[in-house]
Amino acid sequence: MKQEERAAPHAVFTSPWLRPLAATATFVRQALVIAELEARKLRHDPTELLTRAVQPALWLLVFGQVFTHTRAIPTGDLRYIDFMSPGILAQSVLFISIFYGIAAIWERDVGIVHKFLVAPASRAAIATGKALSAGVRALSQAIIVYVLAAILQVRLALTVQAVLGVIVAVVLGAALFSTFSLIVACLVKTRERFMGIGQVLTMPLFFASNAIYPLSVMPDWLRTIALGNPLTYEVDALRTLMLSGQASSYGLGVDFAVLTGVTALFVVIAGQLYPRIAT
Amino acid sequence: MTFAVESHDLTRRFGTLIAVDSLTLSVDSGEVFGLLGPNGAGKTTVIKMLTTLLPPTSGTASVAGADIVKHPLAVRRAIGYVPQLLSADGTLTGRENLLIFAKLYGMRRRERKVEIPAALAFMGLDGSADRLVRQYSGGMIRRLEIAEAMLHRPQVVFLDEPTVGLDPVARQAVWDHIGRLRADWGTTILLTTHYMEEADALCGRVAIMHLGRVVAGGSPAELKESIGGEGSTLDEVFAHYTGDNLDSGGTYREAGRTRRTARRLH
Repeated sequence: MKQEERAAPHAVFTSPWLRPLAATATFVRQALVIAELEARKLRHDPTELLTRAVQPALWLLVFGQVFTHTRAIPTGDLRYIDFMSPGILAQSVLFISIFYGIAAIWERDVGIVHKFLVAPASRAAIATGKALSAGVRALSQAIIVYVLAAILQVRLALTVQAVLGVIVAVVLGAALFSTFSLIVACLVKTRERFMGIGQVLTMPLFFASNAIYPLSVMPDWLRTIALGNPLTYEVDALRTLMLSGQASSYGLGVDFAVLTGVTALFVVIAGQLYPRIAT
Repeated sequence: MTFAVESHDLTRRFGTLIAVDSLTLSVDSGEVFGLLGPNGAGKTTVIKMLTTLLPPTSGTASVAGADIVKHPLAVRRAIGYVPQLLSADGTLTGRENLLIFAKLYGMRRRERKVEIPAALAFMGLDGSADRLVRQYSGGMIRRLEIAEAMLHRPQVVFLDEPTVGLDPVARQAVWDHIGRLRADWGTTILLTTHYMEEADALCGRVAIMHLGRVVAGGSPAELKESIGGEGSTLDEVFAHYTGDNLDSGGTYREAGRTRRTARRLH
């Protein structure tokens, strides 16, 4: 019957060997639909992206300029503005993603989330789609930071591999923090409580990382915390890829392994918790 | 025969509150069935359980032949759902709203090309398909949401308070479209409402809920008969079974939701 065929598009894969493959294809397809939704929204109303550009601009043009001149922070051979540019990109990715849960709560307060949960899509696929959506937004920030960095004559690495690497790192970082945000949203369920928690989380995540100063200047206790902070690995990956001739502190393999592993863990948790947001 | 929707002793507790108490009902295929009751009677909780959004505390139910607890995915494939709250996305056009859902349901490009314009035309939205939904009126949004829910040709459609907050003209238009959905496609429809004239206009059978229990059931005519026949209205039936105060239930949060829904987008 026509209806069945439509309801289960992977039914064309009859061999049991192909079934996991078909399930993966369905998962990816559903996640991409959610990301497409976000991209379409942005196309209709891109103003948010421009207002979001103000913060990284202030950090780079004001804070960065001042500290580059004072040379207060030991960054070795690297100019301070070069050191902090990838850190500010990571910060933009963090800030744009960490309040992503607000959108989920808004979708709960109107009825949109109920409609998604009644669709025959896996909840983890929806969570992954939301994570990719945050990645779409974060990439727009990357463009802005690159433009500002170019104006400030930061030694950018502009090879294809470097740029592709940055894109992957930005999307992965956005996915990680937006999924974390989604988990918090599923637990607290109201805008007021979420805003409170969001404020409490953002600054410690940012300051307990290597975004604007190296770990070497930190007291031991803070360095220990920073080493457990995924943002540190996001910054390290971006710093390695974005600047030319910059060596990684932990190795890109470690950076991407941490980011991928934590994101996967969060997606699994978010997939479990997401249905709770409808109740 | 199997029923389109069937439940036995379906119960849901929230802490000590029993939101739905031992609900047993059956809805025939192709029927429009109304769940009536004041705010807080448990109607939305029933819908949430039947659409697999909320697991029941005890009891069983099946929709389109699939058990809601054991085979939730099969249930979700077979149903369409229009939540009480706003569910269309205001930042997309009407057509895009449908497109996203068609893709999520795995409809192929060829099918989408036929079904999306057909659904828009069916709901009288073909002229405004490419406008942002933010600019739609409340009645148009409701019709878009119904179009979305029926796009994948579900066997059963759940409508939770389909005309709350709409003016009389928009309400009549939504009723006409729900009626055609059943007549043209034979879709089974389960709707909740607290408007008596809505139940009278649409439903073949109704069940009146009060404080989580079904207190009366039957066709609108039978119910009127049961409290004195000739001349009695469904409003009187309702008052008879639920006590006089129509809006006895309803918390601050529900009031907020109803008003928000009434305002729809802005």
